[in-house]
Amino acid sequence: MRPLGGKPRGAAEALIIPAGALAVSLILFGIFVAFAGANPLAVYRTIYRGAFGSWFSWQNTLQRAAPLMLTALCTALPAQVGLIVIGGEGALVIGAVATVAMAAVLPGVPPPAVVAAMLLAGMGAGGLWIALAGGLRHYRGVNETISSLLLNYIAIALMNHLVTGPMRDPAIVHRPSSWHVGEPNMIGLIPGMDVHWGLVFGVVACAVTWVLMEHTVFGFGARVVGGNTRAARIAGLSVGRLALITCFIAGAAAGLAGMTEIAAVHGRASSSLVAGYGYTGILVAFLARQNPLAVIPVAILLGGIEASGGLMQRWHDLPDATVLVVRGIIFLVILASEPLYGRFRIFQQRTA
Amino acid sequence: MEALGWWGVPLAVLGGAIRASTPFLFVSLGECLTQKSGRINLGLEGTLVMGAMSGYGIAYLTGWPWLGVVVAGSSGMALGALHGVVCSRPRVNDIAVGIALMLFGLGLAFYLGKPFIQPKAPRLPAIDLGWWSSSPQVRAALEVNVLFIVGAVLAPALLWALNHARWGLAVRAVGDSADAARAMGYPVNRVRLLSTVAGGFLAGIGGSFLSLYYPGSWNEALSSGQGLMAVALVIFARWDPVLCFFAALLFGGAGALGPALQSVGITWGYYLFNAAPYVLTLLIMIATSSTRRTLIGAPGELSVTK
Repeated sequence: MRPLGGKPRGAAEALIIPAGALAVSLILFGIFVAFAGANPLAVYRTIYRGAFGSWFSWQNTLQRAAPLMLTALCTALPAQVGLIVIGGEGALVIGAVATVAMAAVLPGVPPPAVVAAMLLAGMGAGGLWIALAGGLRHYRGVNETISSLLLNYIAIALMNHLVTGPMRDPAIVHRPSSWHVGEPNMIGLIPGMDVHWGLVFGVVACAVTWVLMEHTVFGFGARVVGGNTRAARIAGLSVGRLALITCFIAGAAAGLAGMTEIAAVHGRASSSLVAGYGYTGILVAFLARQNPLAVIPVAILLGGIEASGGLMQRWHDLPDATVLVVRGIIFLVILASEPLYGRFRIFQQRTA
Repeated sequence: MEALGWWGVPLAVLGGAIRASTPFLFVSLGECLTQKSGRINLGLEGTLVMGAMSGYGIAYLTGWPWLGVVVAGSSGMALGALHGVVCSRPRVNDIAVGIALMLFGLGLAFYLGKPFIQPKAPRLPAIDLGWWSSSPQVRAALEVNVLFIVGAVLAPALLWALNHARWGLAVRAVGDSADAARAMGYPVNRVRLLSTVAGGFLAGIGGSFLSLYYPGSWNEALSSGQGLMAVALVIFARWDPVLCFFAALLFGGAGALGPALQSVGITWGYYLFNAAPYVLTLLIMIATSSTRRTLIGAPGELSVTK
């Protein structure tokens, strides 16, 4: 029995139980908005239209799904080695700060080289940030959930310090911000779409880490560690190395989200980076049952719900925090549905 | 400020410790009780903010701040019950439920709290313990809220109860070994549920202090993670309610360092000093954890120390 969901007993079960939980959450949410005086059916229609109703809303949804895929990996990958890491928000922020710093030390360098350097800086910084939590766990026995949570706050404080002091651009008045990475260094949009390259990064990262975890010797070792650390040690696996590398890759994914937030959206670091992508990413990872490939559709679904927040506000006069309530209800129902796995006969594999 | 000069810094830190420690104190006492029963509730951040919102809303609507405190505690109980019930089901991870509850509590508080951002609710009264001094700084530092005193009394009371009262022994038995407790006839899930509900009650009251006394208003940036830090604070305090009290003072003082230094003209590193409680917690956890043994005093069933 793996501690965090892990391999489902059957693909159908892994699809139907979360879908059922999602349906139950939407019903609960409908009751909730009914209390606020809104018509639940109209709100459902608004969510659908705001999320997937048109090409415009699809683009909006995908734009929000991109960082969610990457921050979800920050929780889903350590879960393979049995660690609960919730430091995606901090790794994103640190990756973004490193991206800005890297662009600043390379003035006059051709843009493709700067973009490559920014990618390495963002991923490296985010990776080290989460590897720190993994290392503290392995070498000092510090609980990784709490340390990664503390590291979120430390990362945000560090960024606030840098953008109000050493890295501040005095020309920006309304909100303390760092220097701009430079217009030529911005990576821009995917041709033919109003969606930035982060979506490609996210999909590729999910696919690559899925192959890594499911079809390589490294991934097999990591999953053995997650299943039973003591057995893995007896089998001669280097538990610490597997855990640390997995944490590094996880942090690198969130750092990449920070890099794209800088190089494709904001151009500079500021408090607008702290948008909760890290926390929604945790939900995406749990909803996807820690499977990197399943992260892609789940991130799109959650991105869609967030994208519909504006319409809910405008058409139904619901507060912008409505999206947060939906998110919380889904998360709770998904976790409460955990005991259902293995309870339904039709999902069990038939043995001759 | 001229009269005190640099002395203003330790004084402001002391005053800050008394003022800012109360939410830490209540949340950590609640979390201490919950963790003693073998469960960890990471959702107390959501509970704290929900308590702050509901307490403020009720105080504004009725004009009675103490009724707000009671309602804040009750909403905390409801969230605690949700955590306890979901975690009672088999194979449910209490850490994950805590994260979910944190997000849900924050979302619900922001959703319901929108109308209360503008209006002004009545504040909780304070007791002036600095009446003997002519210095306004000393008087400001020694203005103590009743809730702080309640918390200071509650801490040793909780320690006594955990060691001597029947329900305290039940909580500890369940927290140290579910199997042994079951053999002794304790209803494990019910004891844990009640401990989480009581923990939520205290955390909700801690939240009402934030909105009804200090800083004394309701907005979405009211909590700076006190509910989360309290979880680590309990581990730092070795699951001892009296040590929780001193740790809460330490955390409150650490949080007051940045603003205190700013008041004497040191503005460099304001945000870094704000991170002092988080860094402190992390350093303490690094210093006291070990891969070879579990922490001294840790409940045997607690997932974060196993």
